[in-house]
Amino acid sequence: MTVGTTPVAPAAPAPAEHPPPRRQRGRSTRSRYPLWFLLPGGGLLVLLFVVPTATSFYFSLTRWTLFDSTFIGLENYVTFFQDPQLFGSFVHTLVYAVITSVGKVVAGLALAILLNGRIIARGYLRAVVFFPVLVSAVGVGITFKVLFDPFDGLINRALGVVGIDGPGWLTNPDLALASVAMVDIWKGVGVSTLIFMAGLVAIPRDYYESAHIDGATDWQLFRFITLPLVGPATMTVVILNVISGLRSFELIWTMTGGGPGFTSDVLASVIYKKYQAGLYGLSTAGNVVMFVVVAAITIPLYRWFRRREVAQ
Amino acid sequence: MRSHSHIVRGLVAIAVSTIVFLVPFAFIVLTASKTSAEASQFEFSWPGDFVLLRNIAEVFKVRDFVIVRAFINSTTLTVSSVVVMVVLAAMMGYVVQRRTGLFTNAARMLVLAALIVPSAVVPTIWVLQALGLYKQMLGMILIEVTGGLPFCVLLCSAFVATIPRELDEAAALDGAGPLRVFFRVILPLLKPVVVTMVVVQSVAVFNDFTGPLYFLPGDENATVQATLFNFQSQTLSQWNLLFADILLITVPPLVLYVFFNRQIVEGMVNGAVKG
Amino acid sequence: MKSSNAPRRLVALIGSMAAVMCSAACSVGSLGTGDQAAGDTTITYLVFNEPSTVKAANALIAAFEKDNPQIKVKLDTMPTGSDGDNIVKTRLSTGEMSDVFSYNSGSLLQAIRPDEYLVSLSDQSWVKDLDKSYLPAVSTAKGLYGAPTGGSTPGGVVYNKAVYAKLGLKIPRTWDQFRANNLLIKKSGIAIPVEQTFGDAWTAQLVILADFANIAAVAPQWAADYTANKARNVDQPALSSWQHLRQLHDDGLLNKDFASATYDKGVQAIATGKAAHYPMLAGVIDAVRQNHPQYLKDIGMFAMPTATGTESHLTLFLPSGRYIPKTSTGAKLDAAKKFVAFTQTTQGCDLLVQSGSYGPFMNRLCKVPADAPAAIKELQTYVAAGNTGPALESVSPIKGPDLPQLAVEVGSGIRTADSGAKLYDQNVKQQAQQLGLPGW
Repeated sequence: MTVGTTPVAPAAPAPAEHPPPRRQRGRSTRSRYPLWFLLPGGGLLVLLFVVPTATSFYFSLTRWTLFDSTFIGLENYVTFFQDPQLFGSFVHTLVYAVITSVGKVVAGLALAILLNGRIIARGYLRAVVFFPVLVSAVGVGITFKVLFDPFDGLINRALGVVGIDGPGWLTNPDLALASVAMVDIWKGVGVSTLIFMAGLVAIPRDYYESAHIDGATDWQLFRFITLPLVGPATMTVVILNVISGLRSFELIWTMTGGGPGFTSDVLASVIYKKYQAGLYGLSTAGNVVMFVVVAAITIPLYRWFRRREVAQ
Repeated sequence: MRSHSHIVRGLVAIAVSTIVFLVPFAFIVLTASKTSAEASQFEFSWPGDFVLLRNIAEVFKVRDFVIVRAFINSTTLTVSSVVVMVVLAAMMGYVVQRRTGLFTNAARMLVLAALIVPSAVVPTIWVLQALGLYKQMLGMILIEVTGGLPFCVLLCSAFVATIPRELDEAAALDGAGPLRVFFRVILPLLKPVVVTMVVVQSVAVFNDFTGPLYFLPGDENATVQATLFNFQSQTLSQWNLLFADILLITVPPLVLYVFFNRQIVEGMVNGAVKG
Repeated sequence: MKSSNAPRRLVALIGSMAAVMCSAACSVGSLGTGDQAAGDTTITYLVFNEPSTVKAANALIAAFEKDNPQIKVKLDTMPTGSDGDNIVKTRLSTGEMSDVFSYNSGSLLQAIRPDEYLVSLSDQSWVKDLDKSYLPAVSTAKGLYGAPTGGSTPGGVVYNKAVYAKLGLKIPRTWDQFRANNLLIKKSGIAIPVEQTFGDAWTAQLVILADFANIAAVAPQWAADYTANKARNVDQPALSSWQHLRQLHDDGLLNKDFASATYDKGVQAIATGKAAHYPMLAGVIDAVRQNHPQYLKDIGMFAMPTATGTESHLTLFLPSGRYIPKTSTGAKLDAAKKFVAFTQTTQGCDLLVQSGSYGPFMNRLCKVPADAPAAIKELQTYVAAGNTGPALESVSPIKGPDLPQLAVEVGSGIRTADSGAKLYDQNVKQQAQQLGLPGW
């Protein structure tokens, strides 16, 4: 780990400082990082995640009314893939995940750097950026639905003042999804900023100081110190946002309900609508499909990040 | 010159952030202060009749002060599950990052899978029933812990990676056992990320609506998010009371944040990983 | 470590949190449970959490407890709509249902397997007071399971009487008359002819759903054929409802903010006379009473004008039922039956009316009050003439989940009536197959 090799606590010479002969056998990696540390958390995950999930995999192969179930093989999957709205919702899901992830990573990192630097009213700014995280998605959804109103909404009224005829943010089929994505970024950027800020703190100041003495520009400091060393935080932010983007539901549901029509329907909202309609087996099959989609995107991403981390 | 540009940058940041982040809040406050008829117009205007206090009193009075019970329940749920979640996640994240092998890889995959897969409601209820924990606060706490664990483990393992291995090696050489190393050396160093987890997860648990809806039914178990539905229905919405309620239930997370905001700053000033 | 007291502070913090946690956990148990004398029976009653429903339920409970001091009733609530639907199914199937609960009648009731999960109430004395049209909605071949929770909700067109008076318009019976009225109103410019509020997608369905009594009047077999996969939305007479929805848009009769307007805006527009018509449920009347009482006298309502006959029929959405699950036994079951019976007495009816329910009622002991709003009395003429019919969802188990979205698309001119009806047929098929209905 590069981060470990700071000028303050140099890592490379460590073996020399603590020569191997003094290392006790009992104090090897094995016992220093005991596996039972994984037990309480892992046990809970097995009990309340693996067991229910495995059970529901089975039910995705059935026609399930909650009261009883009939095994029907892969029929639910066939039905799910034949759904006329499915393809559109796939595309919407990907678009939404990309917009929100990129938005939160870029804006989060920018804000974190800004708020970690010397700036006036830092406490105020930090608080303000984090405020939206504190409100529930339902509250945010209701509020923005009103602010986005094409005629009476604050946003279009403000645009009207400067002579712009604002669009129907949530009612225009071409705009609805992007508008919700913007609100998602607004609501969620505080978390990304927080993670990035904590990540930035982990970068030893001495790096910047010595680079500064060598005459590095702000951009060079960012490009060659901040960006590479904030790596673990970036991974966390990217993975979390990609997953939540692909799975996102609450905000879309409260703001557009997938509409107008089906123009902002994502996988999660299609699945939820099946669930609402009492099509439990079908909706469970949809969940399995979504799991596969999210896994197919996230796991390679995660591997890639980890390889880079190890490579550094 | 530099400090001058700092101030300009700061002023721009203040102006932009105020508009982008605070105006929606102003809207919530204004609507919460209006009468029922005026609120349903959805205008961003000063209330003709400023009745915020009356609306809040109304919100409290609804259904025999159910909101008070809801606040107690939500606080219990949030505090307990976040404490357990953070400690368990830190332990898992630490070992997962430090060790490689069959079990840690399996644990890593398990965590990632749990992050990805949406929860299955009815089978989970079956498990809770089998354990005798359905409709129990303890059961709900375990559900929330399980739900937040993956996020926290991911965060922790990422940040354990920034802690030089030499630190725990040195501590171990001084004769400290693994528990002691973890609680005395590692956990304190994780402070910034612990604060992050506490804030983010507290907010998530406190704002969770569907979880308690399914796993903790019953009015004596009401949580704050459920109270929002006292003012919202398909045919008749009392927007002023709804927004007053949103305002009310946003206060605890806000207080939490204001409290921890200092901890975040402090953690940063101390430079937790300077060793 | 630079700051040696950091860990200590962290431990202190966690400690204090644990203290908070314990004190909260310890105190919460005593809150809200109340004191309970020995020998008392406590039952729980689960209702949807609409403010008016909760208010009515509390009034019922208070009166019932006064009459039966040895029984305590505890109110439980669940969200309206599909969340509540899932709660009911989840709690029934896991054996955790409240002792008495309110839930939909008709097709949705069949989906919760009344024979397996509910206590039959066929032998109760109040059954003889129920309207015959309601019985099939709460019964199976093996018994009757529910008592009506209130009056039916009529669906049709809410109109502004002031606008009608100003233009000397007559209440339309056929769709052509309705269209002529609309074009006149448009020409006069004094009001928006038809208010639509697609900001709440569910409101878009009314033009279609409230037309069903008209269709059933000319094709009584339609619902049965539909359930058996023999009748479709793409064919007449059902297609005409979809065509009407599209025509309202194409004639340029809608408010310009139809895509974003919400139900509340619709209520306001129709109350103030900004709009002349609003295809909606009679719930509008109560909303006007609450939010714009000064305009209540201007509100009227008529049945959806018909394109299939000469006389329009009022579509009635039947009231929910009160049910008792099989998990209620012994003293609790007796108390639950007592409570349900109480709701079907004259006193129960009075409480219902006091809390704002106007009928038409399903229990003959309940009478529409003399001081009901004019719009309610207007609707009584359809009841008196026998020109009413149940909504499709009361007589057929299939309702596709995508109807609101498809109705929005057709009503906004994004999709043609034919295409909307066709996609809806596909959507319905998915559900019918899932339900395992014969013929699909």
